[in-house]
Amino acid sequence: MLNIISKKLLVLATCSCILTTQFVLADSEVNVYSARKEALIKPLLDKFEKSSGITVNLITGKADALLQRLKIEGKASPADVFITVDAGRLQRAKEAGVLQPVDSAFLQQSIPAHLRDADNLWFGLSQRARTIFYAKDKVKADQLSSYEDLADSKWKGKLCLRSSNNIYNQSLVAAMIDNIGPEKTQTWANNLVANIAKPPSGGDTDQLKAVAAGVCEITLANTYYFGRLMNSDKPSDREVVKKVAVFWPNQNDRGVHMNVSGAGVTQSARNKVNAIKLIEFMASAESQAWYAAINSEFPVLVDASIADALDSWGDFKADTVALNKLGENNRAAVELMDRAGWK
Amino acid sequence: MKINLSHLKSFNWLSYLALIIAILVCVPMLIVSSSLLSEFGPTWPHLIDTVLSDYVINSILLLLGVSAGVLLIGVPTAWFTSMCDFPGKNIFSWLLLLPLAVPAYIIAYTYTGLLDFAGPLQTTLRNFTGLGYGDYWFFEIRSLTGAIIMLTLVLYPYVYLLARAAFLEQSSNSLEVCRTLGYNRTQAFFHLSLPMARPAIIAGLTLALMETLADYGTVEFFGVSTFTTGIFRTFYGLGDTVAASQLASLLLTFVAMLIILERYSRRQFRYHSNSEQRAAAQLIKLSRKHTVIVWVFCLVPIGFGFIIPASVLAFWAVTQAEFIISDFMTLAWNSFYLAISAALIAVFLSLILAYAKRLKNSKSVTHAVSIAGLGYALPGTIIAIGIIIPLAWLDHQLIGLFHSLFQLDIGLVLSGTLFALLFAYTVRFLAISMGAVQSGLEKIKPNIDSAARSLGNSNVQVLVNIHVPLMRRSLLTALLIVFVDVLKELPATLILRPFNFNTLAVHAFELASDERLIDAAPASLMIVGVGLLPVILLSQSIRKMGN
Repeated sequence: MLNIISKKLLVLATCSCILTTQFVLADSEVNVYSARKEALIKPLLDKFEKSSGITVNLITGKADALLQRLKIEGKASPADVFITVDAGRLQRAKEAGVLQPVDSAFLQQSIPAHLRDADNLWFGLSQRARTIFYAKDKVKADQLSSYEDLADSKWKGKLCLRSSNNIYNQSLVAAMIDNIGPEKTQTWANNLVANIAKPPSGGDTDQLKAVAAGVCEITLANTYYFGRLMNSDKPSDREVVKKVAVFWPNQNDRGVHMNVSGAGVTQSARNKVNAIKLIEFMASAESQAWYAAINSEFPVLVDASIADALDSWGDFKADTVALNKLGENNRAAVELMDRAGWK
Repeated sequence: MKINLSHLKSFNWLSYLALIIAILVCVPMLIVSSSLLSEFGPTWPHLIDTVLSDYVINSILLLLGVSAGVLLIGVPTAWFTSMCDFPGKNIFSWLLLLPLAVPAYIIAYTYTGLLDFAGPLQTTLRNFTGLGYGDYWFFEIRSLTGAIIMLTLVLYPYVYLLARAAFLEQSSNSLEVCRTLGYNRTQAFFHLSLPMARPAIIAGLTLALMETLADYGTVEFFGVSTFTTGIFRTFYGLGDTVAASQLASLLLTFVAMLIILERYSRRQFRYHSNSEQRAAAQLIKLSRKHTVIVWVFCLVPIGFGFIIPASVLAFWAVTQAEFIISDFMTLAWNSFYLAISAALIAVFLSLILAYAKRLKNSKSVTHAVSIAGLGYALPGTIIAIGIIIPLAWLDHQLIGLFHSLFQLDIGLVLSGTLFALLFAYTVRFLAISMGAVQSGLEKIKPNIDSAARSLGNSNVQVLVNIHVPLMRRSLLTALLIVFVDVLKELPATLILRPFNFNTLAVHAFELASDERLIDAAPASLMIVGVGLLPVILLSQSIRKMGN
């Protein structure tokens, strides 16, 4: 009896003398490290809490920083689920050994094979298309054809590009390395950089706005940024939507470059059952429709309903390169862009 | 005999404590620097062949530009508001501090929203004149020059604050002697005031430059590749944490060298103000023409550094922003109590360190304190990683201990808690509070210590009863700057915070990095607002104490 009390006192003393907000680890909890921004994940987590009765604790941050934290915390890490917004980082997490395989018939059956890890360490939960946007008054759709064509000298001074620090550009180049090989990709990147209208800066939305404002005629952006402008009621955003249109490149060969946001269960997970429940919930038809409605992302479920904005862009052929390639080629892609002088 | 012994005891006790604190604060930096012992891998030839020269050149240009900017604004405004007499002087003296409350990345977002090609100013201009892109010249905000201007606008208050304190302390006697020797006012300024204020000006400049080097948000947003963006490109893009740490260590070495060089350059100069009681300095009465010039000079940094960005944010917040997750009171409270706790801890530790240094000019404490101060130049994310590594290690030991002794799983109690966060803030901002506290303590003459001690006070009693009241102004300044800096701090908060814990800065950043600059306006405005309150309160009380 005395022993128990002294144990408790010891723990209490340790905990209280240190400034801490340690949580009592209850059964009905799941702890999430998310590179997806709070505004783009919290509503979904709230729904999960309500329907399952499982409390979700959340930390958001930059993927690589969170991954580093996971690695350092090791098997003592409180995290159960790691969420990222690109396949490259999921692959990096896999290589770092912080994820564990998940055996879920539902996830394996409903998510197409190329959108999840072959060893079931991570699962894609929403798709993002990185495609070409053009100024309707200056460019005709039939002048455009492929990503490769953007490097043609006819676009000299007409292209806006985001910085190569951005993971989506890195993933696009990583996918191209897989598709057409490193040499051709290097030549492509060199010529692409020669076409830019101004030094890269700002985000995808800024590139779309620059096209609308006449700084350049074409750019590359993720479709959900355009979807957001379509759903916005700000007049300046509506103006951009009026002037800019979507083009789906490479429809005769590999298709449009796709990336995923996705999740995996951590090696250290103490709430593994809940963690799997959460990931299954995010892959459910209801959640899949939410991704599309709230952030104009494409579902990973084949038969999920999609929002009107997404419908209005029309059907397209998507690249089905195995997404782990994006992670494997990421370093090569960054080096290649460094050599091309892509800032 | 007995008294002597007890002195010796408290003596040692304090210096050991100081040494332990200094070493603890150095641990994260030592961990980062230990990467220099690892092999320089294949990333290095690639960096050297391609981007490294860009990183270095841009960083140096950025440092030079910000130096010129903060000195040109900070020193003259400090001199005007301390040595001259003109209408509105008192108001200007605290208005000039306001840009301190604006985080660099937020001022950058705001001006970009305003001045960008697709922004309202240029769009109106084009609609009005019918011109198109390339037909006219307009300042490109997303550039190296833009980054220099943004950083200058929010960092000059460091120079202003410290330079002004130094000017205020210069006794009118020395200036008068100078004048009787035949110097005119201009000559007296350049030959006496400026050299006497030099250590303070340099201290302010050092803080501004260290913060410039640590900045990631502004330069990244403007597409300027600096050494710091290079660290993160190596870390995130190339996935090479060792090379990233090595780059960060080189940055540290560079800063250390600059500081050593500066100290060496003024090794022979020591300025002591002789007069214990400052004769109310004879202020220079400005003519009407000069008053107008001084007004313009003060209004430009206040206007561009605070009034314009705060108004734009307020306008966005009121007219256009979508309020996302409305729990602003919790966010503000989290930000506030973290900032106030960190400020108190940093000032308290600085007091111990500075006093230990004063009591016994021990080399080990002095060096450890200097190294500890370097933390300010490191990007927050790098500091944060240097902090989780030892804390997680300690945690793992604790977990093992509790498990083997009591079969208990206690989980992480140090890393991933507010403790880690406060530790990070201390490491990052100790340089700031140290600077202010140390200069405050140095102004107190050692014979006061001897007098108090001979009356039977212990060292600690001397510190608490004599020194602290005498250096209130310095202590408050230190509290103020650390408070505002923690309020603005982002990267370390982002990576180290516990579950379900957000601050205003995190909230603003999340929206801004999701390309919703306008929706980030309410949170940004609140950071400025929460930061403003202590800036005004403290500058008022500092002023009262001065009178």
